[in-house]
Amino acid sequence: MRNTLTFDMIFTLLFTVVPMMPKAPKGMKDLPLTPLSLPCEASTGKTGSWRTFRPIVNMEKCTGCRICWVYCPEACIELNEKNQPKINYDYCKGCGICAHECPLEIIEMERERSGQ
Amino acid sequence: MDRPEGVNIMSTLKELPKEEYWLPGNATCAGCGAAVAIRLAQKALGPRTVFVVPACCTSVIQSAFPFSAFATPCLNIAFEAAAAAASGLVAAYEARGLKDVTVMAWAGDGGTVDIGIQALSGAAERGTNFIYVCYDNEAYGNTGFQRSGASPYGSRTTTTPTGKKEHKKDVPMIMAAHGIPYVATACISYPMDFVSKLRKAKGITGTRYIQILTPCPPGWRYSTEKTIEMGRLAIQTGIWALFEVERGEFRLNPPSSGYLDKTKRKPLEEYLRLQGRFGAMTPGDVGELKRRIDETWENYKKLRLKV
Amino acid sequence: MTQVIVETGNRVAGLACKVARADVIAAYPITPQTTVVEQIAELVEGGEMNAKYIRVESEHSAMAACIGAAVGGARTFTATSAHGLALMHEMLHWASAARLPVVMAVVNRAMGPPWNIWADFSDSLSQRDTGWIQFYCADNQEIFDTIIQAYKLCEDKRVFMPAMVCFEGFILSHTSMPVRIPDQKEIDDFLPPFNPPWQIDVDNPVTHGNIVYPDWYMEFRYFMYEAMENARKLIPEIDKEYGKLFGIEHGGHMEKYRCEDADLIVLSMGTIGSEAKLAIDSLREQGHKAGAARVRVFRPFPADEIRRMADNAQMLTVIDRQVSYGMEGPLHTEVKASLYSAKDPPLTTGFITGLGGRDVTVRDIENMVHKSLQYLKAGKVEKDVEWIGLKE
Repeated sequence: MRNTLTFDMIFTLLFTVVPMMPKAPKGMKDLPLTPLSLPCEASTGKTGSWRTFRPIVNMEKCTGCRICWVYCPEACIELNEKNQPKINYDYCKGCGICAHECPLEIIEMERERSGQ
Repeated sequence: MDRPEGVNIMSTLKELPKEEYWLPGNATCAGCGAAVAIRLAQKALGPRTVFVVPACCTSVIQSAFPFSAFATPCLNIAFEAAAAAASGLVAAYEARGLKDVTVMAWAGDGGTVDIGIQALSGAAERGTNFIYVCYDNEAYGNTGFQRSGASPYGSRTTTTPTGKKEHKKDVPMIMAAHGIPYVATACISYPMDFVSKLRKAKGITGTRYIQILTPCPPGWRYSTEKTIEMGRLAIQTGIWALFEVERGEFRLNPPSSGYLDKTKRKPLEEYLRLQGRFGAMTPGDVGELKRRIDETWENYKKLRLKV
Repeated sequence: MTQVIVETGNRVAGLACKVARADVIAAYPITPQTTVVEQIAELVEGGEMNAKYIRVESEHSAMAACIGAAVGGARTFTATSAHGLALMHEMLHWASAARLPVVMAVVNRAMGPPWNIWADFSDSLSQRDTGWIQFYCADNQEIFDTIIQAYKLCEDKRVFMPAMVCFEGFILSHTSMPVRIPDQKEIDDFLPPFNPPWQIDVDNPVTHGNIVYPDWYMEFRYFMYEAMENARKLIPEIDKEYGKLFGIEHGGHMEKYRCEDADLIVLSMGTIGSEAKLAIDSLREQGHKAGAARVRVFRPFPADEIRRMADNAQMLTVIDRQVSYGMEGPLHTEVKASLYSAKDPPLTTGFITGLGGRDVTVRDIENMVHKSLQYLKAGKVEKDVEWIGLKE
């Protein structure tokens, strides 16, 4: 049986913490017997590099209605204690749904500048 | 909406759990409607939910081996086989006496309305104890937007470049005709409606079918920030309706319940003009689509299913 | 307690499924398999069998449901024939590549059109590339024993591949023969509870089957190849172990009859292999040193055993109950391929016969051998393919 033990160990490790990146295999001996993938962030990479615009939230005016959070397709908005959005720019693809749906219109889509 | 005993339906955003089981940095297009639906479904049903996913956008957006964006278990399966594989999984869990696990087939419109309809019908006829969600972007999105039976009349797809000449197949009504205990339609723009329908479905035994409209920016040809707006307009113009058929009893859900009065529905043009896929429609085509929509609403008025 | 029953091949297959303690059966009826599923339905609804029986709406769904069930941790079983097997072709690939030990009874029947419900191997041999282990039975006892052995083989952690146990429609499926059914407790000792290699499980969330780019796909396929090679080693071991416990063995990869000193060996599969034994006895009386070898396992193909025949035999008479259009009988092709690396390989004659249930008699086999003997005397074989029994 191809390395079940190692694979099981990775499982246990991964589910006691927030999903970390599973180790990418280097050779056959790292592979499970059939393609089994593990959950993690950045499964396709730091997709923040895809965007052209980034959402900027005016936190002073935000009332924590959660609408931006519920509609984010990327699940890259976390809510703080006041239920205000904290956007993870490593992954945000800049779709603009949050800005478009914000009932107070306090999210602006700003052009990314090179080097950011 | 009726509340069954002891089930927390979750009717407000505040009640939605904050845990994410759909992980960021995945392969979705920017503005993907299907991803919103996945997040809502996971929040509604919790982590003890197994997704059975046939070939569809979800097969791809979960990313490639050895990584997955799904933190709930996911069995990928062949295109037409979601309901059949789910039937097997349900039987295995029953044979092993496993309780408190929800098996949910999560299929696109292609794998439901066209190639998957046989397996779905069979599973429903057998009373298979699972939830089947068809997330509907109205074409074969994964492969570049070819038409499906769920594509609306007049829509351009890569295999209907001058506009589809057939109307959308009414699968929710087909499923209602199977006499299963719960059928519903939903839309990502009405998130708590979808969530509460899933919560209700979770408390029902038997086959439960929900079809949720999930707008698609590259396929429908609109700017990515408008995904939720598209879903809202679909409901407001009446081209899609929110309803349930629970134990044979049909009921429209708000705001669709208010749209039985045609004057309350927004003009269809407000929906069509925002999407490039409707750009080939002639006034005659628009008229035909409107005729069919009006006819559907007239039928809703008369509906008394009780199968 | 061991009992001896007199039953048809189909009902024996259904009993084997019960004795093997399958948890989930998903099957669709098709002639001549139908009585397998009817037997299972009776056993389940009669309370004799503690299993879930999913009466799926097609064979494609039958295999998809078996896959879902296996992934859910259940021991699974299904059965089909001809068009049903063809319809589940896509999912045969899925089961083997997902490394799921599904066991399936294939009641061999000819492919149409035209409709023909009688036996040949066009259905199962068409599936030889799908990664399924393939057994071919010659009598009802073997059907029972092989299904039990198949579970043991497929669930071995060095294998985890699915298997089909093939037997000819009507000839075996609907013919009653005496069969010894061992005691359930003894079978339980031989066949431990199902311990799957992987599962879909809410406590350990994994994703199975998402995209694998060209950089890793080949390695997963290599693992399947290795598993088949492991199966090749285990098949005779398991047969021997079963034989020691229950007193019946079937020869591992091949059932050999009077081959030790044979100049000519008749190679065939299924019941033709049984008839061949009678033909051999008759030929021996006529003074010919002939033997018969019945290929019991087509996948993995017993290339080594075939090569060993080169040690003494000078002619292999290969009888195929299927033809691969554009080439020849599949058994013949594989025999020749196996012999290619042998030092001093024997001549081979390939015969096609018995399609669509056309009867293959002892006399027919003797005639094929006489033809082969003529070629042997002449030192060469005229044609790669000869059809026997055509009405000119």
